[in-house]
Amino acid sequence: MASLKALKIRIGSVKSTQKITKAMQMVAAAKLRRAQMAAEAGRPYAERIEQVVASLAARVTISDQTPKLLAGNGHDSVHLLIVTTSERGLAGAFNSNIIRAARRKADELIAAGKTVKILTVGKKGRVLKRFYPKHIAGDIDMSAIKNVAFSDAQKVADEVIQRFDNGEFDVAHLFYAKFQSALVQEPVGQQVIPVPVDPDAAKTAGAVEYEPDEETILADLLPRNLAVQIYRALLENAASEQGSRMTAMDNATRNAGDMINRLTIEYNRTRQAAITTELVEIISGAEAL
Amino acid sequence: MLHFELVTPEKLVRSEDVYMVVVPGTEGDFGVLEQHMPLMSSIRDDAELAIYREEKGAPEMLRIQGGFAEVSETGLTVLAERIGG
Repeated sequence: MASLKALKIRIGSVKSTQKITKAMQMVAAAKLRRAQMAAEAGRPYAERIEQVVASLAARVTISDQTPKLLAGNGHDSVHLLIVTTSERGLAGAFNSNIIRAARRKADELIAAGKTVKILTVGKKGRVLKRFYPKHIAGDIDMSAIKNVAFSDAQKVADEVIQRFDNGEFDVAHLFYAKFQSALVQEPVGQQVIPVPVDPDAAKTAGAVEYEPDEETILADLLPRNLAVQIYRALLENAASEQGSRMTAMDNATRNAGDMINRLTIEYNRTRQAAITTELVEIISGAEAL
Repeated sequence: MLHFELVTPEKLVRSEDVYMVVVPGTEGDFGVLEQHMPLMSSIRDDAELAIYREEKGAPEMLRIQGGFAEVSETGLTVLAERIGG
């Protein structure tokens, strides 16, 4: 049995851990609210541009003039995985879920004989380097960014488009965690280049005048659409990260509480045992006289 | 009245009823009133939207970057990447 002193120190240390996890949980809860609001505020724009791009994409016929971001470059051999993660850990399974989703896709593509390149956005995604040392195409550092702004997403999108124009890859997938609630964050991988076309979208908008023409508008909107998708992914990620951290830290706080209870009981028992032994010693000593 | 919405990736900036908006389209400025025909147009960079709340009176000028205008039965929606210079 551990000594009284050791137990006391142990209880103290668990208590201070609990204080930290409790504080982190509260900070995450406050940040979650803000991140959720940002994600909601960004929705109207994303929905509109998606609608417009979908209805335009369904109207144009694929030809040489069609922007490459929509039609693809005619190949399907090099895939780029854009993996967005957070900058910090201690957020439960948030980062590992995204990374697992990306790895599953990467393994699938490699097994199918495709070339896989990985672009990581955010520090925690860099562990992918360990699994695929030859496939890392780059890393975008987000450590200086506190609240994601559209211009940050734009930078990522510009880099991706530049690589696409240079012919570095044919198809791009974007990985992030979709925020459903503080308890549930679903890792998703979605194809962003070429833009998947929904054939149902064509039926909207009857006679619409285009100024200039459809192709020019598309060429203008497609890069913007990519930036919006990435922006949305980053916002969803921010909300998911905080939600996941909040839940993880709530669990940690509860676990620490349980541990403190257990240790306190053990401490009291040990103390009682010591007192009993002492009493027995005194009494038997007195009887011997 | 024309229902006018101005949206940036970060938020819905405006959603209000106005009399007319003059949009600086890539192929020339055009005014949008109520019951305008459906139209999609890109917007010149670094140009100003003129928003007329009333039929008479000075318009409110709003400089936007990376814009796109969509006119539908429900009104005018301007998507802009940024507002201001």
